[in-house]
Amino acid sequence: MQIPVRCYPPKPDKVYLYGTCLVNSFAPESGLDAITLLQHQGIEVVYPAGQTCCGQPAFNSGYTDEALAVAKAQAALFPEPWPVVILSGSCGGMMRKHYAHLAPNDEQLAEFASRVYEFSEFLLHVLHIKLEDKGESQQVTLHTSCAGRREMGIHPYGESLLRQLDKVELLEHNYSTECCGFGGTFAVKHSDISAAMVEDKSRNLRESGASQFVSTDWGCMLNINGALEYQQQPLRGLHLASYLRQRTLPEHSPEQE
Amino acid sequence: MHTSAQQFKPQAHDALANPVIRKNFRGAMDFLRNKRKGVIPDDAEFHALQKVCEQIKQQCLAELPELLEQLEKNCLANGIQVHWAETPAEANAIINALIDKHSGVDVVKGKSMVSEEIGLNDYLDARGKSCIETDMGEYIVQLAGEHPSHIIMPAIHKNAQEIGQLFHDKIEDTPFTTDVDTLINIGRQQMRKRFEHAHIGITGVNFAVAETGTLCLVENEGNGRLSSTAPPVHIAVTGIEKVVKYLADVPPLLSLLTRSATGQVITTYFNMISGPRKSDEKDGPEEVHLVLVDNGRTQAYADEQFRATLQCIRCGACMNHCPVYTRIGGHAYGTVYPGPIGKIVSPHMLGMENTQDLPTASSLCGACEEVCPVNIPIPTILQRLRTQLNQGNADKRTLRGAGSARKASEAMIWKVWRYLCVHPRLYRLATQSVARLRKLVPLVKSPWNQGRVSPKPAPKTLNELLHKKGKTNANKPWMIV
Repeated sequence: MQIPVRCYPPKPDKVYLYGTCLVNSFAPESGLDAITLLQHQGIEVVYPAGQTCCGQPAFNSGYTDEALAVAKAQAALFPEPWPVVILSGSCGGMMRKHYAHLAPNDEQLAEFASRVYEFSEFLLHVLHIKLEDKGESQQVTLHTSCAGRREMGIHPYGESLLRQLDKVELLEHNYSTECCGFGGTFAVKHSDISAAMVEDKSRNLRESGASQFVSTDWGCMLNINGALEYQQQPLRGLHLASYLRQRTLPEHSPEQE
Repeated sequence: MHTSAQQFKPQAHDALANPVIRKNFRGAMDFLRNKRKGVIPDDAEFHALQKVCEQIKQQCLAELPELLEQLEKNCLANGIQVHWAETPAEANAIINALIDKHSGVDVVKGKSMVSEEIGLNDYLDARGKSCIETDMGEYIVQLAGEHPSHIIMPAIHKNAQEIGQLFHDKIEDTPFTTDVDTLINIGRQQMRKRFEHAHIGITGVNFAVAETGTLCLVENEGNGRLSSTAPPVHIAVTGIEKVVKYLADVPPLLSLLTRSATGQVITTYFNMISGPRKSDEKDGPEEVHLVLVDNGRTQAYADEQFRATLQCIRCGACMNHCPVYTRIGGHAYGTVYPGPIGKIVSPHMLGMENTQDLPTASSLCGACEEVCPVNIPIPTILQRLRTQLNQGNADKRTLRGAGSARKASEAMIWKVWRYLCVHPRLYRLATQSVARLRKLVPLVKSPWNQGRVSPKPAPKTLNELLHKKGKTNANKPWMIV
């Protein structure tokens, strides 16, 4: 399916942040780094405390009633017409593409989904951000998530942002468009197929020669980092928000704030 | 090797542990992906043609009952006899009776996945008839006593070494060789003899044109043309979804079919069969029959969303691009149609109770949908199939075998999950409690731990950190609503 061309609004004063359940529990620093980057662009960040999960785990498992109840509860937490910046192409894809599958005639869900922007998409196309690299020379490779690529079409944006960093060399890796094997409950229900996929993915990332890999999705990274740790390899993935914050605003680490 | 869909998990497990299978499929899929890319260099052109093809197939499906009647009428006018089969058993009985009517025992068959679907070879074999496959790949798997592992490349799981050994073992006076041209010539010699004496030729159909009563057959080896012209009787067997309305529908579909399947701009042969030999013609079959098979297709047809499954033109691009298929190969699925399309079509043919593990065996990565020439939303259909598998409400179970995979424990987990997700205070309490117990996480072992360590929760959740910040520094330009 072709992803429709998107028209972007002018730079807003305020945005909502949708952290996602994985960032909330496993990588809160990605959320803090994203907030820091947005604030430094003069944006006020509003974080509705009631947010939990986009509903994707239940949806993908075939529990649509449960997913719909959760989706409606999320949309209700974002009543103002501000953009919703989300830290995952996968959760973003759930909202942008699949909320309409859950409830085709639900206007509130549709209106909410129309305001959802993935983080790299928002920096690039709404803020037109100009990044100033303050880090040392480094070679990185970018893992793009399948939902980010095929449900949201945001896969080129991480690369565009990384290419703004003077001292960062972006390396290609083999089979970059192929799935890492996460797929939510797939990784548990068909763990050996999933494990074979992530074994290949982690090897391809390592063989790129990069000392760091970056991604816009913590789902993939929990999977890939888990495999790299199991293999006792030093390479780890970092969320794009954290990487950009470290490179451009090194003095604003979450620990120091 | 005979596999079954009920044994998907152990079959996949064995395939993953087999380095030859892993290597053969990875290499073959890379080759096919690159071939396709070579003839579809421009995404915009692909998307435009994809839209045209999708709309043609959707329009044809929207008028399916009428088009099938029109096809029958025009085929009959051309002298093609039309037979209808609701089940594989009916289709086999029709074909067997036709062979008997002509006192035939020697049958040659061009490549036909529907004939695999109905188990025709085994059926005829059991009745003393010898049906030889004449597509080289099909011939190889038949010789090996196997089934196709790919719908376009039936023997793709085998390398030249294995085929050389097979020919050496099974064909008299054949020295071992790995030279591909020599191997093809050996196979060709075997088939030639059979073509000369065959009583019956069986083929599939790629497009059945309603307005003209024409059967279109796409192939590369010329065996389809020989099977449909050399023997006195030609029997074409196909699924009811292959009907198209106009002859003009064929060129765009053909263009994307061959480019998606084998990376060819056009195949070596394209046959348009429009009836038996006429009185003033010197060759061609004396009789042509068309067997139209349902086998669960009307179940898919009845549902607006599942109907898209029938748009498929059997190019195989979805399997070529599937990360799961690439790793486990075609036999592991235990179905005639493997890969993404197999996962969405097999439940209608075999029942959900017999295909329970197929809809879940996908990360929903969407690579299949991206390359599908007729834009079938395979991941969306997989998700729908999952809702049918787990469906607790008997009124909403629309597919045969729906609800068969429902587990009370799993349903309960999602109920609890839902309750937590719509009660933020409880959710906060739960996530913060897990964060406090983070040191215990590595002790919990699950299937996830196959090749992966468990992710460790952060000591404090984002929500907790922001709450704390909000209280200590209320002047920050962010806030919590």
